[in-house]
Amino acid sequence: MPALNELEKAYYASKKDKAFRSELAHLQKSYIGRPTPLYFAKRLTEGLGGAKIYLKREDLAHTGAHKINNALGQAILARRMGKKRLIAETGAGQHGVATATGAALAGLECEIYMGSEDIVRQSLNVFRMKLLGARVIEVSAGSKTLKDAINEALRDWTTNVRTTHYVLGTVFGPHPFPVMVRDFQSVIGREAKKQILDAEGRLPDYLIACVGGGSNAMGLFHAFLSHRPSHAAGHIKMIGVEAGGKGIETGEHAARFAGGSIGVFQGTKSYLLQNDDGNVLGTHSVSAGLDYASVGPEHSFLRDSGRVEYTFANDDEALSAFELLSRTEGIIPALESAHALAEAVKRAPGLPEEKIIIVNLSGRGDKDVQHVARIKGIEL
Amino acid sequence: MISRIGRRFKEILRENGKAFIPYIMSGYPDMNRTIELVKILEDCGADMIELGVPFSDPLADGPTIQKAAESALNNGVTLASVISLVRTLRSGTQIPIILMTYYNPVFKYGEERFVRDASSAGVDGIIVPDLPPEEAGSLIRLSKKSGGFDIIFLLAPTSTEDRIKRVSKASGGFIYYVSITGITGSRLSMDSSIESHISEIRSISDKPVAVGFGISTPEEASVVSRFADGVIVGSAIVKRVEGSDDDLRKYLLSLRNSIK
Repeated sequence: MPALNELEKAYYASKKDKAFRSELAHLQKSYIGRPTPLYFAKRLTEGLGGAKIYLKREDLAHTGAHKINNALGQAILARRMGKKRLIAETGAGQHGVATATGAALAGLECEIYMGSEDIVRQSLNVFRMKLLGARVIEVSAGSKTLKDAINEALRDWTTNVRTTHYVLGTVFGPHPFPVMVRDFQSVIGREAKKQILDAEGRLPDYLIACVGGGSNAMGLFHAFLSHRPSHAAGHIKMIGVEAGGKGIETGEHAARFAGGSIGVFQGTKSYLLQNDDGNVLGTHSVSAGLDYASVGPEHSFLRDSGRVEYTFANDDEALSAFELLSRTEGIIPALESAHALAEAVKRAPGLPEEKIIIVNLSGRGDKDVQHVARIKGIEL
Repeated sequence: MISRIGRRFKEILRENGKAFIPYIMSGYPDMNRTIELVKILEDCGADMIELGVPFSDPLADGPTIQKAAESALNNGVTLASVISLVRTLRSGTQIPIILMTYYNPVFKYGEERFVRDASSAGVDGIIVPDLPPEEAGSLIRLSKKSGGFDIIFLLAPTSTEDRIKRVSKASGGFIYYVSITGITGSRLSMDSSIESHISEIRSISDKPVAVGFGISTPEEASVVSRFADGVIVGSAIVKRVEGSDDDLRKYLLSLRNSIK
């Protein structure tokens, strides 16, 4: 608790501090390469024959995913707090790479916890983290995926709390993480709002993002969320896409809203895949980044309040969308982002041509190429 | 109403003694062995017993207890079956029994139902390392209403004065002082900081303070018992439950004799 109180205080102080804000803004522009483009996917749109599909190109952010927005923010916050060392968990490896990058930039030591199953799925990212000077610690407890990496990172943090900052990678965990991570990611939606107004002269009709922990989705949605239905953004339909894995009925998925119930896990009360005794269930998804048993608490709130709709895409649907975007637009998406695309593929054909969809293309798919080849039975 | 834990501490302190509180994981290696182990612990001078309830993601636990939890879960052990275990144990012993688990199993079971079922089965209290007092309002109210079921909270080396006040006010039975910043079964560092922090706690709180996490040798137990009211030993015992009873008894007695 004292560590969380210290972090909360430091975070709110930095939020008000002009020097911190201008350093962050400067790095977002000159280091991450923001604003990322909002790209009209013309061939994809024409091929599907329906609503216009725009892609928010977080895959073009430095390190290849939106994760850097948060990792960099927390890295400079940690340096400001006088911490010498960063730790983080990673699933797909993107957050680990982003944290290792932030640590290199801020001159901090870095250790990344990663489940042994994910290490196999994402070997390329493991090597990238090492190149960036981080140590990757294999976690072979439990399901050997993201949730176990978080457990291990939390254990490390309780042990080394005085010198270490834990860079949690998503809108999850104890307060202030969900708020802080959302704030660092909300740049996505702020940019997208301005960009769509420039391109179309109006706000979009649909926002679609994949939801693992939910940071890219919160980042996109946040600027469009209005508490008053009368607000101009009140009509926008927002859709979060979870990992349907091999199908909800098989039990091998990570669709917390479709298959879970409320629980308390890793410091957060939210929807959770659990059994009747309150033990956390194993999850499955073709994408390591969505393979997680719970979901950010603000998503649970948005779901229960009805403001955001949550659905899921199965492994096969995500893999088809992965190939479709590669072929029609020359963009290889991350398998995580391919879940959001899969939902756009389902929706767009049924919508009139004047409707506008923004899909958050949260990351690029280079890291998944080997994994997809393996699934297709192709030896590289 | 004073709880069985509170009463036991009073008796011990009146006799200028110190409490020996061993921990074992329920259902590890199996439930029948747990019943035998409780008897062995009591024979070897335990003053209270901490019974672990296995959870899939034991955040505060090191590798030894993680493995024991995994194996207990594979044996089908649940919060409900641990409560019935205590009901069974009560036909043979009146030793205070404290459950140690995580919040989600209790939340899923239902707080009200949990306090009712656990106290009627003869459980005396619970330690929930991932539940800070700030989030425990309803559980504390239920425990007060139950008259005798304690919710025991934890302090750590990083706890500030405000934190000590808050935890001391909320904690029933005793205060669990976590001797290290870290997880169960880690190595204890025997410097004077534990002692000075505990004397700070004593200047603020009149509740008994038991120290756990990282205590494994009789020497360590002896040092800690000089300034604490009780010594909790977990991982080091769990490591030995599959060995011979003679070795286990010898080890437990050496701990018992060093805690005074």
